Amino acid sequence: MEETTPFAVKDCALISIATGVRVQTLRELKDKLSTVHPGSIYYHFWGRLLLPRFEETEYHNDFATWVYQELRDDVLAERLAAVDPLEFSDIDDLRNELIEIIEERLDELEYIPWAKSEFHFKRAQIVVFDTHHRIHDPKELAQIVPKMTLSSIFYHFIEARRRTPEHIDDFRSWLLGFDGKYKGLCQSLASIDPYFTPLSTLREKLIEVFSNYFETAFEGEK
Amino acid sequence: MINLESYAEIVGQDVIEHLHQLAERLKGVKVIHVNSTREGGGVAEILRRLVPLMQELGLEVSWEVITGDPRFFHCTKTMHNALQGKRVGISAQEIAHYEEINQKNAVLLCPRLEEADVVFVHDPQPAALIKFCSNRKGKWIWRCHIDISKPYRPVWKYLRQFVVSYDASVFHLADFAQPLPHLQFLIPPSIDPLSEKNIELSSEEIRETYERFGVDLERPITLQVSRFDRFKDPIGVIEAYKLAKKFIPSLQLVLAGGGAQDDPEGQIVLEEVKQVSQEDPDIHVLFLPANAHRTVNALQRGADIVLQKSIKEGFGLTVTEAMWKEKPVIGGNAGGIRLQVVNHHTGFLVSTPEGAALRMRYLFQNPHKRKQMGEKAKKFVLENFLITRHLRDYLTLMVSLLYNVEERIELG
Repeated sequence: MEETTPFAVKDCALISIATGVRVQTLRELKDKLSTVHPGSIYYHFWGRLLLPRFEETEYHNDFATWVYQELRDDVLAERLAAVDPLEFSDIDDLRNELIEIIEERLDELEYIPWAKSEFHFKRAQIVVFDTHHRIHDPKELAQIVPKMTLSSIFYHFIEARRRTPEHIDDFRSWLLGFDGKYKGLCQSLASIDPYFTPLSTLREKLIEVFSNYFETAFEGEK
Repeated sequence: MINLESYAEIVGQDVIEHLHQLAERLKGVKVIHVNSTREGGGVAEILRRLVPLMQELGLEVSWEVITGDPRFFHCTKTMHNALQGKRVGISAQEIAHYEEINQKNAVLLCPRLEEADVVFVHDPQPAALIKFCSNRKGKWIWRCHIDISKPYRPVWKYLRQFVVSYDASVFHLADFAQPLPHLQFLIPPSIDPLSEKNIELSSEEIRETYERFGVDLERPITLQVSRFDRFKDPIGVIEAYKLAKKFIPSLQLVLAGGGAQDDPEGQIVLEEVKQVSQEDPDIHVLFLPANAHRTVNALQRGADIVLQKSIKEGFGLTVTEAMWKEKPVIGGNAGGIRLQVVNHHTGFLVSTPEGAALRMRYLFQNPHKRKQMGEKAKKFVLENFLITRHLRDYLTLMVSLLYNVEERIELG
């Protein structure tokens, strides 16, 4: 087998922090977006995915959800939801894109929408734990992933996209080190959209991808 | 004896391992919690277990309780009400007395508080201690357990002058955060699954408890457990019960609660509740001692539906407790109840007695839904509101403040 650094299984937890910044109108949202802590923009795109939820979300960032639910502006909500945070090399570019979209909408509107419930800008600190589990052979993923906690799935499949130089999940990042041997598996992983499903469903999808891919190998060993 | 390992069976070994990893960074750190009552209310209940668990993890933790006279507690209760939005002022004399009591307590406590690495001051009663401890060595954190989303401004303005001196504050949810010049952590409270109030009980014990109070377990039971406090809206609960009873004639209501040392208003509200309910033998008003944890446990386990129809609510640990016992909760659409009661999943959020009555009727008509919601509720508490998560958040906060962490703590 190739000489590759083992995959270190980590786990994480977020501790939320209130920035104290609240907005009630679309113009306030635009104004505060320009000055809010960069971690807050990250939180409202990604951190939210670690929060408990029972239902699938319609929009995959908190700004779009608030605009839809509170300002009742589905046009803007759809535009904000279409923003793919991974297309931006840093958080300030993402910030500018959001501001641009809101400004455009403000130009179109005859009045400034006002919400009953305020939007609270939050951010988070992340604490990363080492589970001390190490994966040496990719085949082990099919056995380890089902045992991973939801927060571990969040860390490796979502949080990694901010952390890794290629903005991809940790599994692909590791598998790419095997000289293209797992190209097909990487493609399957890339096709999982993490934004719309609860983490438990995301884990199920990962289990499916890994077990389908390695099924033949396991059967061969038996 | 209950120790950290005892929780592994419930939350999993991983969670315990995480606590040890965090605590590695905090070995020997001196931590002091300060509040105003050792018995009664959620804060005391949490500290009773949190303090020994932190000690087991290698931190040097102690818990101090400030003392005060009835005048002081009357003032702090008024302050509490005002911070939760009631438009009630505090006189200059009351303010002077509040500070005087804090100063007297500071004389006794300051030598220790000033030496501590981390001091958690809980709620407004001891908040002014900071003014009298000028040689502080460690980080001071104001831990607010109440809903201050829309405080009566003059009172908040007064308290704020103390709060700004702290190094950080902690609120249950973002709605309660205020413009402050320091970090504001969002940490919901928790329940202890191994405490007398939450451990499993036999069906005999539950039956005996209900028999003791003359409540018929064979008939439908709806329950609210809370202090007799206007913000808990016990009168609204009785109205809701009366509306629902028209459709469910055998329905019984149990209103169970106690007082706390720092809450002088309880007796007055209790008398009002008794007056409104005296003509209906199916309303059972139980004034329980602060340590009646097992009784509360049995009442919650025996009820079909649990209500927490608060108008204002910091968090509502009685909601968490009921959910842990697989009960769907009909909760007031207020404060921390919103974090726990997820409409149509773990219960229903309501704004009026009419709304509560409607949901009671629905749940009594649909036992299958009641069971399903109860199961979801327990899982939700397991993943989010148990003491181990609370402990992890406090440890994270301390690591964050003591090591000046901006965004990321890497352990292991």
